[in-house]
Formats: sequence, structure tokens, C-alpha cells
Amino acid sequence: MHIEIINGHIIDPKNNIDQAGSVYISEGKIVGLMQAPAGFMADKSINAQGHIVCPGFIDLSTRVREPGQSHKATMRSETQAAASAGYTSLCIPPDTNPVIDSPAVVELIEDKAEKCAYPQIYPIAALTQKLAGKDLSSMHALKQAGCIAVSHAHEAIQDLLVLRRAMEYAATHDLLLIYCPQESALSNHGCAHEGAIASQYGLPAVPVAAETIALMQCIELIEQTSCRVHFSGLSCARSVDLINKAKTSGLPVTADVAMHQLHLADDDMQPYDSHFHVMPPLRSEKDRKGLLAGIQKGIIDCISSDHQPHDIDAKLGAFPETEPGISSLETVLPLMLRLVESKTFSLTQGIAKLCSEPAQILGINTGHLTIGCAADICIFDPNKSWEINQETWRSLGKNTPFWGESMQGKVTHTLQLGKLIYSDNS
Amino acid sequence: MIAIENLQLNAHGKLRHFLSIEGLHKDLLTEILDTAESFADVSEKNIKKFPLLRGKTIVNLFFENSTRTRATFELAATRLSADVLSMNIATSATSKGESLLDTIRNMEAMQVDMFVVRHSLSGAAHFIAQHTAPHINVINAGDGQHEHPTQAMLDMFTIRRVKKQFTGLRVAIVGDILHSRVARSQILALRLLGAEEVRVIAPKTLLPTHVEDLGVSVYYDMNAGLKNVDVVIMLRLQKERMNSALLPSESEYFRCYGLSEQKLKIANKEAIVMHPGPINRGVEIESSVADGPQSVILQQVSNGIAIRMAVLSMTMNGNRGTE
Repeated sequence: MHIEIINGHIIDPKNNIDQAGSVYISEGKIVGLMQAPAGFMADKSINAQGHIVCPGFIDLSTRVREPGQSHKATMRSETQAAASAGYTSLCIPPDTNPVIDSPAVVELIEDKAEKCAYPQIYPIAALTQKLAGKDLSSMHALKQAGCIAVSHAHEAIQDLLVLRRAMEYAATHDLLLIYCPQESALSNHGCAHEGAIASQYGLPAVPVAAETIALMQCIELIEQTSCRVHFSGLSCARSVDLINKAKTSGLPVTADVAMHQLHLADDDMQPYDSHFHVMPPLRSEKDRKGLLAGIQKGIIDCISSDHQPHDIDAKLGAFPETEPGISSLETVLPLMLRLVESKTFSLTQGIAKLCSEPAQILGINTGHLTIGCAADICIFDPNKSWEINQETWRSLGKNTPFWGESMQGKVTHTLQLGKLIYSDNS
Repeated sequence: MIAIENLQLNAHGKLRHFLSIEGLHKDLLTEILDTAESFADVSEKNIKKFPLLRGKTIVNLFFENSTRTRATFELAATRLSADVLSMNIATSATSKGESLLDTIRNMEAMQVDMFVVRHSLSGAAHFIAQHTAPHINVINAGDGQHEHPTQAMLDMFTIRRVKKQFTGLRVAIVGDILHSRVARSQILALRLLGAEEVRVIAPKTLLPTHVEDLGVSVYYDMNAGLKNVDVVIMLRLQKERMNSALLPSESEYFRCYGLSEQKLKIANKEAIVMHPGPINRGVEIESSVADGPQSVILQQVSNGIAIRMAVLSMTMNGNRGTE
């Protein structure tokens, strides 16, 4: 199959490309940029007039809810939603049911992924067996089976000795640890940021220190163990300072923030609207600005979706008893474009946060448009307006605080390994 | 924060649900107090029953135990000639939202007119008001650590009956502000009704962060906090606070934040002492103060019936705006 993408504006942060031009694809690989290779005959031509052509997006945290919670969403539904949002690679956190702590579960996920044939799935292995925080998982076997990193998802590790040994063992096998810092005793079953809003509405609160203390502990253990760590889903301005210090002292540290944390603060919450219930919680406006500054300065390396689709019942109840999480894949691109609009970063920098930066963190050879490399490509119309509603939304999880809002920027085509996995036929 | 979605009022600005003091205005609070006054007057003349809610069915949905709130709601409904059904529902049976909704749907199917809800989670009454059939009124009888608006209104009623007005009043609320839905509602109501100053007196472990944003002055020292105060509201201290490292012991708490006769002398001479009950004698309040001449604790209980009669009848009337 030979595909040409013509008349588009190509942006590839890794290769410093920002110009009008064409991309030529053969047998899943990019074979030409700007100019077609000699004798190239396209079977299919995509006219990208007025559209941006960039590397496909890579997400560090996508819950597809399979295996184990197919009443919320399925591998098929969520990978389709991801493809329609420009994603070509997704990392699956280990808190599935069963937990990703054995090669058999990895195989199960890969089998399912293959049948769906949508974006590339990268399972993340559990750091400890059953994510119980006690016994190490068979990290080497899990890596062999195809896991791209290890993580403890949102489960707390109570015992720091276990964390230290797990980090040493992960470092032994050169595995990246993806760590969501949250100290469970300080979190104390809270459901909102400890601040004026939680006080006003009487919501059990999570202090900033729950994140920063867990972060500091882990940073000290990186010093000790030399484990490579990516901190995922940060929510506090103080965390940005801590990451900056760790980076300045040369520790192997990277970090991401979920896209919604850059757009919403606790005072944006509609009273008791469970669609704003997310963990870590939406913090103060000051924290939000701190995270934006962290993104601008490159202290925070990339932006994840932290996609967590839920069934309707999970969000029906008194706020504290509802399940946290936002269905977010499909809002990432328009929300990124809002940050371009507000001059937080340039379009090229925004795209880098979604493709080349996460690729570099994972150490995978994608997230760029290079001749000879995999044709993982996203084409989007930056000016197209659309509304989030039943017709436009693909994820089975309708749990987004942006429901009903008008969004600008829509993916028109997504190619993975040169195969068209999404195209809007409008 | 976007202004609380005004679920509580109908198109004509009349009370439809009574969920929180927040979102209500001064005139409405005054109307509740005036209505309660008329019920109290008549009750004191030994006419106890009114036909206002004849044929209406009120369901007390208590997901959390309560003796006095439930009893006064039952009495208030009975005195308005409504039929009352009280249900104690263990919280464990409704740990999932769908069950909470299912409970509501089941009750709706029994053609009831009003829910009085007590729940251990903040926002539960809002949730029910948002999801229940439009002809059903919802009254919050306490939700988690959020609000307990009828308790606050009966306290306002008690204060007004003794002090005649709110202007110029200094009120101190002492104790576990952090976990108290009563305190939140009281602070909001006192501020709306024009009290001069609302103080909270507690150790840092029992104060919510940013409590000053609620418009109160904060005191850690009770001796300083009680100076020039006209009303002292003591809050109940839950015994389990001792087990979660919030406080060292009951005796130390009493030494620092318990109301003794001696400490009461610091407040204004005419100061009244209030407590939402039930009292822990010797923990937050000395017996001689609780039973003393400045205490209005038992008046609060009887006023609770009048206030709840007012709220029940006003919300039921509020349906007219929507029909």
C-alpha cells in the first residue's frame, strides 16, 4: 500500500520540520518527505489542505478497562476513541483485573489488542504482585513479554523498603518506573483538593503534601537506586519545583501532567458534580498556573490523557462515593490547541508534548516523521469546531466535565504503521 | 466556584428544596424565622395541630442514625397533619450510588411528597434533589461534613427569640468545626442575618483549611475568643476524634476548649450558651453551665419543632410555583 499525504502543513518537533509539504508512505514506513521517492505511485492520496500533519500521539496512561471492567469500556471502544483523537500508541496501566503481573495477562491484552487492530498497545507491568505492595513482580519476565515499563498505578506502596527494593530491581533490568506519587495516609480517603472549596462544601480533602511527600521520598530513592523514574499525573505547583531540583541535580527523572489539570482548578468545579471528581484532585488556580509554568519551562516533559472511562452508575451518587476519573482522550487535542491559543506554548511545542516527548521517555522509535521509520501519523484540522455530544463522542465513558462544550480542532485521519486506522468522512 | 446551582428555589424565588443555607438570601431566612414564630406562638397556646399538610406523605430517609433530628422532624410533620414514614437505612447497604438512586426511585413509586434526608456523605441531599421526581421536595437533615440547615435555623430562631436581633451580635462557635455540618450552616446563616462577628475557637486539628474564607475570625485560645461574646455555641465532640490523632485526650480538650463556669465569665454577662446536642458533659461543657441560667439548650430542642414545621410547610408551598 502506497499512500501520499499532500498539501498539508507538516510539523515534526523532533526533526524541526514546520512547513507545507507532503508525506509519502510505503509498506508502513515513511519513504519520502516533501518529495516523492523516484517511481512512487500512490494507491491512496489524502488531501491535507489546511490541515496539520504531525506524528501520531502517544499516551502514557490510558485505561481501556479491559480485562476486568468491560461494563465501563472495552479495548475496542477506547482504542477506536484513541484513534479518532490522533493517538497511535497507548500505555495501559497495570491496574486491570487481573493485574498485569504475569506474562499470561500481558498475552491476553496483546491478543485483544491485535483483534482490535487500533493503536499500538504498550502494557505497563505491575511493580509488585497484585499491586499489593508486598512482593516484587517478575519484572524480567514481564519485560520479555512486552511490558514497556513498571508502575504501581494509583495503589499506594506503604512499605518504603519494598519501594526501594522494587526500584533497585527495576533498575537492574533497566526498566522505567512510572510513578504516581500519593501518600495514602495523608490522602486519608479524600476526594477534593484541601482548600477553600473543599472546606466550603465539606468534602474530605487531599492536601498538597500527600503528593509532594511521596514525590520527595521517591526522589531520594532514585538517588539511592539510580532507577529511571517518570512521575505521572502531577497536580501541584510544588511538585514542579521538586522535579526541577531533581533534574538539576542530574537524576534520571521525567514528569507528565494530565491535560485536564492544565485547564481546571478546584474553583471550576460545579458543586457536587461528580464529573469533576478526579484523582489527584483538581488543585488550586495557583497550582494550575504552576503546572503551566512547568510545561513552559520544560520541567514537565509531556502531557498525558489520564483517560479513565466510567459507566454511568460509577458517577451517580453523592460526590465522595463516586469513582474518580475523566474520560479524556478525545479532548486532549482541542485542549492542547487552547493552550496554543493562550500562548502557553507554540503549536510545535504542544505537539511535542503529545508525541516526541513521550516517545523519548518510553525509549521507542516513534513520535517523529523520519524517512525509513514507522508511519505513525495524525492529521488534524486546527480550525474545525465541534461539540461534545452523543454523536461526536466515541469513548464508552461519557464522564467528562467538558460535555456539551464547543471544541476547536479535530483529527481527520490517523495512520498507524501506514495503515489508516481512522478517517472522518465528512 | 460557580454559584451553587440554585436547586432550592422555584421560579418565583420561593423555597422548593431546603438543602443548604448557601444559595439563600436574608429575606428567605427571615421568612423561615417568622413562619416558625407563628407556629411557636400557636403551639404555646396549646393548639398543636394544623391541617396544612393533610394528605401529604413525608418520608424521613435516615442513612445515618439520629434521634433528636428525626424525632423533631416526625413531630413537626405530624403537627402539620402529614403522614410520616421514617426509614433507617444502613449506609453499608447503599455504598454504591445506584443503590442510593434505587432507594429514592422505590420511595417515589410509593407516591410520597417529600424526603427528609440525613446522610453521612457531603452532597447526598443535593444529589437526591437533582435526581428525584420534580413534584417531590427534599429537605437536608444533615449531609456529611457539609450543612445541616434546619439545625442552623433553629439556632438562629433561638438567638433571635432571646436577643431580638442579630445586628451587633458577637457569636463564638467552639469545638470540632472541621467535621461539623452544623457549624458551616451556622456561620453562613449568622453572616447572612447580619451578626457583627462570627468567631471559631478550636485547635488547628479541628479547623478546616481556609476557614477564614467563610468570613470568620479564628481563635486557638478560648480565653481570648470568648471576650465580648454574646452567644457561645458549643459543638459536640465525637469520641472517635481521640482515636485519629486529632486530640490527645478528653481531659486536655476540656481544659483547653471545654466551657466551664469560669470561662463563661469571660463572655458578656448576658451571653447565652447553646449546644446542638447530644451533650458530652465534662468533655465540651460543664454540667453546671449546660443546666445553668445562661443555657438555652432545651429551648433549642423545642424550637426545632417550630423551625421544621416552617420549613416543611414552606417547601411544600414552593411546589405551587412549578406546577
